[in-house]
Amino acid sequence: MSDISHHQAVVPEKLVQGKPHARGWNLAVLGVLPSWLLMGFALIIPILIIVAVSFSVRGAYGGFDWGFDLAGYKQILFNEGWSGEIEFTPQYLVIILRTLLLAGVTTLLCLTLAVPVAYYIASQPPFRKALLVYLVTLPFWMSMILRVYAWMIILGRDGPLPQFLQFFGAPSGLTLMYNDGATLAAMVYTYIPLMVLPVFASIEKLDGTLIEAAHDLYGSRWTALRRVILPLTAPGIASGAILVFVPSLGAVLEPILMGGGKQMMMGSLIQLQFGGGRNWPFGSAIAVMLMIFVMIVLVLIALRARRKEVAA
Amino acid sequence: MKKRHDVKRYPGLGVLSFAFFVYLYAPLAIVILYSFNENRITGVWTKFSLKWYGSALNNAALVDALKTSLLVAVIATVVATTIALMAAMAIIRGKRMRARKLSETVVNLPLLLPEIVLAVATLILFSLIGLQNGLLKLVIAHSAFCTPFAFLPIRARLQGMSLDFEEAASDLYARRWTVFRRVTLPLIFPGLFSGAMLAFLISMDDFITSNMLSSGGTTTLPVYIFSLIRAGTSPELNAVASLLILASLILATVALTMSARGTGKDI
Repeated sequence: MSDISHHQAVVPEKLVQGKPHARGWNLAVLGVLPSWLLMGFALIIPILIIVAVSFSVRGAYGGFDWGFDLAGYKQILFNEGWSGEIEFTPQYLVIILRTLLLAGVTTLLCLTLAVPVAYYIASQPPFRKALLVYLVTLPFWMSMILRVYAWMIILGRDGPLPQFLQFFGAPSGLTLMYNDGATLAAMVYTYIPLMVLPVFASIEKLDGTLIEAAHDLYGSRWTALRRVILPLTAPGIASGAILVFVPSLGAVLEPILMGGGKQMMMGSLIQLQFGGGRNWPFGSAIAVMLMIFVMIVLVLIALRARRKEVAA
Repeated sequence: MKKRHDVKRYPGLGVLSFAFFVYLYAPLAIVILYSFNENRITGVWTKFSLKWYGSALNNAALVDALKTSLLVAVIATVVATTIALMAAMAIIRGKRMRARKLSETVVNLPLLLPEIVLAVATLILFSLIGLQNGLLKLVIAHSAFCTPFAFLPIRARLQGMSLDFEEAASDLYARRWTVFRRVTLPLIFPGLFSGAMLAFLISMDDFITSNMLSSGGTTTLPVYIFSLIRAGTSPELNAVASLLILASLILATVALTMSARGTGKDI
C-alpha cells in the first residue's frame, strides 16, 4: 500500500473525530499491558500468595506447607507452651502498638516541623524558593541506609551528641542508641522531605488575599493560621501524612539499626521471620496485618477527602 | 501597603527554617568529616587522612557489590522507564482508553504498600516457582518498584504539554510513529530523563528488597554496606558513605534540574 492511500484513509476520519489518533484503542491497551503484566507478576500475585501463606502451616524445616491453619495469627497473641497449653503473650502486641505509636509520632513531628518551613519557603522570591525546594529534596535522593547510619554516628558511642551533652555535665559513657527515641530520630530524619514537599505545594497554591481578609476582619495571625491557612492546606497535609505514615509503619532499617535487637517494629519483625526466624506463616500474618493498617489509613483519608468535596 | 504585606509573615520562621536546613545537612556533613579521620575509632578525632578512601577503593567485595548494584539498576531503569513511558502514553494520550484510573493505580501500586511486604511477597513467589537466578530476581523486583518513579515525571510532562504540536505534525501527514519519535519524544525528554534518573537512584538505594532476595554472588551495595555497619562502624565505611553521598548529590542535581526545566516556562 502506498503512503498516499494511507493518508487518504486518515483524513476523513480526522474530519469526523476532530482529533488525530482517534483509532488509539488498540494502542492504549498495548501501552498499559506491560505494566499490568509486570505488576501482576511481581506484585498482585505475590500479595495474594502472602495472604494464602498467612493461613498455611509452618514447614518442619522453615518455609511453609499448604493447608489451612490460623496458627500464624494465633501466635500474635498466644504462645503454645511445651506441654501444649495456650498462654497469652503480649510481646508481639507490644511490637504492633509500638509500630503504630512510632509511626504516628513520626508523622506528627514531621508535620509540626514541615508546616512552618513550607510556609517560609512559599513566601520566598522565585529563585530562592526553587533553591530551597531543591535543598529539601536532595537528602531524599541519598541512600536511606546512609542517612540512618549518619544518626548511628551522631547518637553512638563517642558521637557528637553524647560528647556535646557530656560537655554540659551529662555522665560519660552515656548511650543514646538502641531505644525507641533513637528509632524515632532516624525515622523523622529520613521521612521529613516527604512531608515538606506536599505541604509546600498546597501552601503555594493558597490565595494570599484570604489571609489579608482574615486580618482585615480582626483575626490575629494565630486565628488566620488556624481558621484559614491550615484548613486550606489540608489536602497537602493529608498527602504528606500518607507519604510519611505508610513507610513509617513498614520501617525496617530504623528499628534494626537504631533500636537494636529488642525494640522491634512490624517491619523488622517480618524481616526476622523470613530471615533468621524461619516462620513464614507468622511473618505473612504480620505482613497481612501491616497491609490492613495501611489500607485503613488510605481509606480513611480518601473518605475524608470525599466528604470535604461533597461539603464544598 | 507594607502593613498589608506583613500579615502574611510569621516572625521567627526564617530562623526556624535555617535550623531545619542545618538539621537536614549536618548529619551528612558529619559523616563526610569523620571519613577524613585518621583514627580507627570514628568518634575520636586524631588527624586528617585520606587513607580510608584508599582502602575503600581497594576493597574487592565493595567493588563487586557496586558492580552488581550498577548492573541491576541499569537493567531495572531501562525496563521500568520503557514500561512507564508506554503506560503514560496510553493513559494520558490514549483515546477511548478504558480503565484509565485503574491502570494508573496499578502502575502506582508499589507506592501504596510498605516495601517489606512486597519484598517478602516476591520472596515467596520466587521460591514457589523455583526461580534461582539471583540477578533475575533482583531485576524483576527492582523493575516493579521503580516503575512509578519513572512514570510520575513522564506523566506530569505529558499532561502539561499541549496537544497542538502533535496535532500540527499529524495535520502535516506525519504517521503516528513519526509524530511520537520526532515530536512527542523530544518534548517529553526532560520528564523521561528525570524519571529514568529517579528509577536508577531508587534501585541503587534499595536495601529492603535486595536484602530479602539477594543470594551469594548477588550482593548489592546497600546490602554490603549493611553488613559493614553490622560489623561495627569503621572509618572505611565513612569513606564509602562520603563517596556515595557525593555521587547521589551529582545524580540528583542533574535529575532535578532536568525536571525543573521540564516543568518550567515553554510548553
